[in-house]
Order: sequence, then C-alpha cells, then structure tokens
Amino acid sequence: MSRERIGASELLRLDAVSMHYGAGENSVTALAGVDLSVKRGELVAIMGASGSGKSTLLTIAGGLVTPTSGEVVIDGQYLRDAKPAQLAAIRRRTLGFVFQDFNLVPALTAVENVSLPLELDGWKRSKARRAALDALHLVELDDRSEHFPDDLSGGQQQRVAIARAVVGGRTLILADEPTGALDSQTGEVVLRMLRSRIDEGAGGILVTHDARHAAWADRIVFLRDGRVVDETRRDDASALLATGA
Amino acid sequence: MSVRHGLLALLSQGPSYGYQLKVEFERRTGDSWPVNVGQVYNTLDRLERDGLIERGETDGDGHVFYAITDAGAAEARAWLEGPVVRGAAARDELAVKLALAVTLPGVDPEAIIHAQRVATIRSLQELTRSKAAGGDPDSPEEFVWQLVVDALIFQAEAEVRWLEHSEARIRRLQARSGSGGADGGATASASRPVSAEPPATTTASAR
Repeated sequence: MSRERIGASELLRLDAVSMHYGAGENSVTALAGVDLSVKRGELVAIMGASGSGKSTLLTIAGGLVTPTSGEVVIDGQYLRDAKPAQLAAIRRRTLGFVFQDFNLVPALTAVENVSLPLELDGWKRSKARRAALDALHLVELDDRSEHFPDDLSGGQQQRVAIARAVVGGRTLILADEPTGALDSQTGEVVLRMLRSRIDEGAGGILVTHDARHAAWADRIVFLRDGRVVDETRRDDASALLATGA
Repeated sequence: MSVRHGLLALLSQGPSYGYQLKVEFERRTGDSWPVNVGQVYNTLDRLERDGLIERGETDGDGHVFYAITDAGAAEARAWLEGPVVRGAAARDELAVKLALAVTLPGVDPEAIIHAQRVATIRSLQELTRSKAAGGDPDSPEEFVWQLVVDALIFQAEAEVRWLEHSEARIRRLQARSGSGGADGGATASASRPVSAEPPATTTASAR
C-alpha cells in the first residue's frame, strides 16, 4: 500500500477499504474495495439501499471500526498506525457525528450539550462554553442556548447536534440520515445549515437514502453490495453549469 | 394545463389587456413558464370566440381590455378547484425505454438505470444549487419560483426512487431466472417474451 502524503486540503481518504464479517463460507462482505476522498469544503453523499454498506462505511470513516483491509487516513493520520489514545484524540478533535435521532443528553441544556465534548477533551469550562455559544450562533440558535432538548423542536435539536459536531474547530462531519426523523421542510433547513458549515471549510459525509437530500452534496456515491456502482463528480456538475444544460 | 386556463384565472380578477396578462402570468409563476405576447393574443382570440371573455374598451394607449364572462368565470373556477389529470403517464419515455430494454436480448437494463440515475441526480443537484443560491425565500417572487423548482426537485427524487425500485426488481428477476452472475451482460434470460421457442444456444448451462 503506497503511503504518499495526502494533500493538505484532503480531510479523509479511504483506500481500497474492504470489510468482511465472519469467516469462511458464512463470511459476509459489507464493503469491497471502496475508495473515497473528502476535501475541505466538500460534502459527499452516500446513497444505497439498506444493506448496501452505507453505515459500515461511515463507522469505518469515523474510526469506530477497523476495516478488514485497506487504509483510512484522517487529516493526514493513517488510522492503522494510530495508538488507541491517538485514535481517541482524532475522534474528539477532528470528527463530529450527527445521527438521525439527534443523540443529545436530555439532562443538559443546548449549550452544555455542545460544550460537553470540549470539556471531555480537557478544555476549561468557561472557554468551552464560549466556543459552544459561538457554534450555536452558527446554526442560529443563540436564543435557545439554555433550553433543554425536550423544549426544542426536532429541527432545533438537530441544529444543536450540528453545532456539537463542529464545535472547537472540528473539520470532518459524519452525518448518518440526519434528516430521517424530520419533516421535509425542517430537513431542508438542517441541510442548509450543514451545507453552510461545509462551505466555510469543513468537510463531510452525508449518508442518506433520499436523493433530494443527497442533492445538497458536491458528489454523490451510490453503493450496492459494498461496491461503488455510480458516482457523480463535482466536475460533472460544474460542466453542466457551464453548458447551461 | 394551458396558458388558456392561466389567462382565464387572471381575468377572473378583473379586466386586463394582452401585454399586462403576459407580464402577470410570468410574474405569478416565478418566470418558470415564459409566454410570448403573440401566444397571449391568439389565446385571447380563442377565449373570445368560445364566449369565455369579451372585448371591452380601448384605452388612450390603444390597449384592448378583455373582461371575463359568466361562462368564463365558471370555467376558471372549475379549473382552479379541480384536480389536474395527467393522462399521458403511461407513455413516459423512460418507463417505455426500460420496459423495452428488459425484453430485448443484448440490452442491459441496469446500464440504462445507471446512466439515467447519474443524469437525474445531476439535474437534482443543479436545481438544489439554484434554489440554495436564491434570494429571500419569503419574498413573493422567490416564493412562487421556489414552488415551481420544488415541483421539479420532487419529480426528480421520485424518478430516482423508481429507478432504485426497478433496479432491485430486475436484479431479483435475473437471480430467479438463473443468469446469476454478478455484474455485466446477462440481460435477463427472462427477456424474451416475444420469442416462441426457447433459445437453442450452447449457453444453456443454467439448467
């Protein structure tokens, strides 16, 4: 496996990543040789039917699961070489997760939910709080910072989750069906927010089964049986703009 | 839908002249359906012939005003309140192309699905981008334009879902009919409903 330095703008790279569960005849292939790259300012959507490998891909990209073969590189760091403590630090400082069901801590206010990962990373409480308020400002929730999750709408809770995913300078957002629990109008507001975080320099993966939501991405990758079967590239889209087709 | 019904609906609000109707029609549909003024005048002539509008006064600038008749008002109301019936759905070109592809030996329906999906997703991305780049979504002009763009976005989404559904069905059919192989070729041996006899080729190893 070649180990050339990845470009400074590349936040994530998967090289020939495969994932098999079990062994021998009962072995199940979840991913089969997937290559993927996410740069700063780029949102990549992953589409595919259930069982196509979308979620496996996201857990591998997030360093939660080690693939059977292939390499995962996050912000220049080969995960296979990383010690557990380094891996945990990458997850805390570089990655932000957004889930379908928001995953906020119900006993904490919005601002406490957002500052929590920073405090766990050793930040002073006052500094973490300031950063959390800045992040809530980015998702236009300044006036909801002291509300508990139960007092927020689904869309607002998901915006808190996006703030938590980018707080403290995290650069890679991994979103698993973030609009799945929201009505279409609210889902669109959440995607707009996600998109603007990306446009300001983060990168992200958006797993969705909904083409309308995937269309907010720069590139869309279709998985089937663990393989990439179709892919639209950013170049295609700009070419389309140029010809006015 | 026709421009005819659109103009009738506008005239149900009060008398108007041709150019004004063209401008109002385009403004109220977010410029998504440009009409030329000649088309407007032709339509007005037909509406007048059918007794749905009548020619009124001419103003100092030579504008001929048209006013809606009772029959015209009834037709405008019926159009606005009634459902739109899309009669030609069964003749959708993509559906017909895919149906033919499934039955033609040597044609790979999955390749058609892939090509179409990439193209439809690209146009979906374009629509989404132009919507995201738009102005204040609550301004009247932007609002009506986004209504129309949303219709195109939802149609494209539906097409992608239908393509995925069809792909899954075709793959199941291929698996059942024993063509089995992972990718490429194997365009469903179930693909010869027109053939009277089973193909007597040497590749009949599937038995």
